[in-house]
Amino acid sequence: MADAKVIPFDDDHRSRGGAAQRPARRRGAGGRRQGGAQPAAVGDVQPLPGVASAREDEPVTAAAEQPRERAGDGPGEGSGGGAGSGDGTLERRVASGLAFLRRRLTGDYEVDDFGYDEELTDQVLMSLLRPVYEKYFRVEVKGMENIPSEGGALIVANHSGTVPVDGLMMQVAVHDHHPAGRHLRLLAADLVFMLPVVNELARKLGHTLACAEDAERLLGQGELVGVMPEGFKGIGKPFGERYKLQRFGRGGFVSTALRQRAPIIPCSIVGAEEIYPMIGNAKTLARLLGFPYFPLTPTFPWLGPLGAVPLPTKWTIQFGEPIPTDGYPPEAAEDPMLMFNLTDQVREQIQHTLYKLLVQRRSVFF
Amino acid sequence: MLVTGVARQLGGRFVRRIQRDPEVDRVVAVDAVPPEHHLGGADFVQADIRQPTIARVLAESGADTVVHLDVTGTPLGSGSRAALKETNVIGTMQLLGACQKSPNIRRLVVKSSTNVYGSAPRDPAVFTETTPPKSLPSGGFAKDTVEVEGYVRGFARRRPDVAVCVLRFANILGPAADSPLASYFALPVLPTVFGYDPRLQFVHEDDVVEVLRIGSHEPRRGTLNSGTFNIAGDGVLLLSQCSRRLGRPTVPLLLPAVTWAGSVVRTLGMTDFSPEQIRLLTHGRVVATDQMRETLGFTPKYTTAETFAEFVRSRGPGLLPPETLERAVDRLAALPLPGSGHPTHSAN
Repeated sequence: MADAKVIPFDDDHRSRGGAAQRPARRRGAGGRRQGGAQPAAVGDVQPLPGVASAREDEPVTAAAEQPRERAGDGPGEGSGGGAGSGDGTLERRVASGLAFLRRRLTGDYEVDDFGYDEELTDQVLMSLLRPVYEKYFRVEVKGMENIPSEGGALIVANHSGTVPVDGLMMQVAVHDHHPAGRHLRLLAADLVFMLPVVNELARKLGHTLACAEDAERLLGQGELVGVMPEGFKGIGKPFGERYKLQRFGRGGFVSTALRQRAPIIPCSIVGAEEIYPMIGNAKTLARLLGFPYFPLTPTFPWLGPLGAVPLPTKWTIQFGEPIPTDGYPPEAAEDPMLMFNLTDQVREQIQHTLYKLLVQRRSVFF
Repeated sequence: MLVTGVARQLGGRFVRRIQRDPEVDRVVAVDAVPPEHHLGGADFVQADIRQPTIARVLAESGADTVVHLDVTGTPLGSGSRAALKETNVIGTMQLLGACQKSPNIRRLVVKSSTNVYGSAPRDPAVFTETTPPKSLPSGGFAKDTVEVEGYVRGFARRRPDVAVCVLRFANILGPAADSPLASYFALPVLPTVFGYDPRLQFVHEDDVVEVLRIGSHEPRRGTLNSGTFNIAGDGVLLLSQCSRRLGRPTVPLLLPAVTWAGSVVRTLGMTDFSPEQIRLLTHGRVVATDQMRETLGFTPKYTTAETFAEFVRSRGPGLLPPETLERAVDRLAALPLPGSGHPTHSAN
């Protein structure tokens, strides 16, 4: 019964049949690859708290980041340093890296009211996440044109994967692929802001607490806000229920969008469900640690830290058609029936797109 | 006009400033101890606001405006925390009792603090005047301010004819500020909580005096100066930014260690490093100032960053001044880069 809805994808079914050997085999291959990706994942926790340690690698990562931007800037920038070729760009990179280092060391940078550190996000944190996004999960993005280039909008996505990597990948997707270079401001669970280090990084990445006040303030400022209304129910669901959307909270996101007259953009993420197949939940341990669940996967915690390496699945992120909310009267935000209807509409649209993407998917890993 | 808490720098400055306004005929300055600074032409009355004598002082002065500044987080001189709490809470009760009996009073201005919002991870990122706190402050100055505001609300209900203005100030900094945060920033090495980088907001003393003036006069056209207002400079500074701009190194400690160290320091009586102070330095606090701009009609002269820059200038350099670090980076830039023959400063 549980499989009834997922069954149509023969391919997926087969891959699950082979899951016992397949991930094991892939693990060996992936393990070496993770040699490259894993330091980045660990590294993105390190740079901030220890000021000194961060300083060591920041100029390097910042410098590494530069060519990417330069390349994006196109020929205009390139022709400027064209004569100097190799040396010139290297020197410029070092110089901008040092300028960055100087600003960071003297505290001469800006953060917004939510603690979003745009410079740090662009120069350091995004370039740490990018290898994971491009090389590890090989994310394919569709429907970027559905995100408006200005004004507030609420992106509503499904949530999965035991560890909320999907939100981060969605942020990289918008950051790297949106033509207007918009920044996605994610709404995160309160647990994120209770954990040391995590809360600091989350704030600097521009995330904030998932509450109506913060969401409305961000939308009111014309920001692009990302929310995953399933919350822990979605991310901590067992593997057998993958790609089945859970209840969308109380639909608070709809009334927030209605109040700010921001369009709702449904977003479906495929691939995140399989990174940590959760086959069990150590409830007692979770309660002890104060977490909503404690995942048991085929590898975690049996293989220790190695078991915490996600499976290298192939991801697809599809942004759907925006659902406008400006046609409703102001008092619509108080109408529970309308709210339920809109919530269902968003949920259905995400679920349908998920099924469509699953049918198109050739395999979990390619 | 009657002003309490004038023995403090802020009270003294406000009293000196307010006498220059044409609307003010006479200022009666009240405090339990004589101030060390001069008060311009104000009449100083030595009275303890914890005692009922304050009612007589108020009646004799015939004041129509009361500005209550004696709600503070740091004891003056060698006062204890208990005495401070008594001044904050009992003093406010006595003063409000006196106000209630006074037929002349038209306007009450109370200095409060954004401490009333507490500081918790489950709070929204930005507090508005109507945001209820998720966790009420358990003690210390923050609890005092919550109680003071409670009494003030009660007074406003009983005397609807009096315009009551409660000003919730963010952390006040300035050359002469004596707030707990100012003494924290005076430490040679700043202990911080590992894994947290709180957002802080500051307000400059000049702006504090200015907004107190707005609160204690008739409202200007199109504005309203009764109600509760958050007062803070624009923008936000992270604690890490503060420490770097101040040039003081930080020592990240685990949260339990900080709590423990805080209680040791408190027992020794070195500084009032209270639990709510630690919570502020863990989770930070940012307030919305839309009401201040739109309703009160006040725009602060200093942003949070400018306030802090002024404060840094008045304090002198720390162990790691930003200028030294800048020079160190420049020296690093002057080093020849391995691989390329050119010294990189040519690129700068």
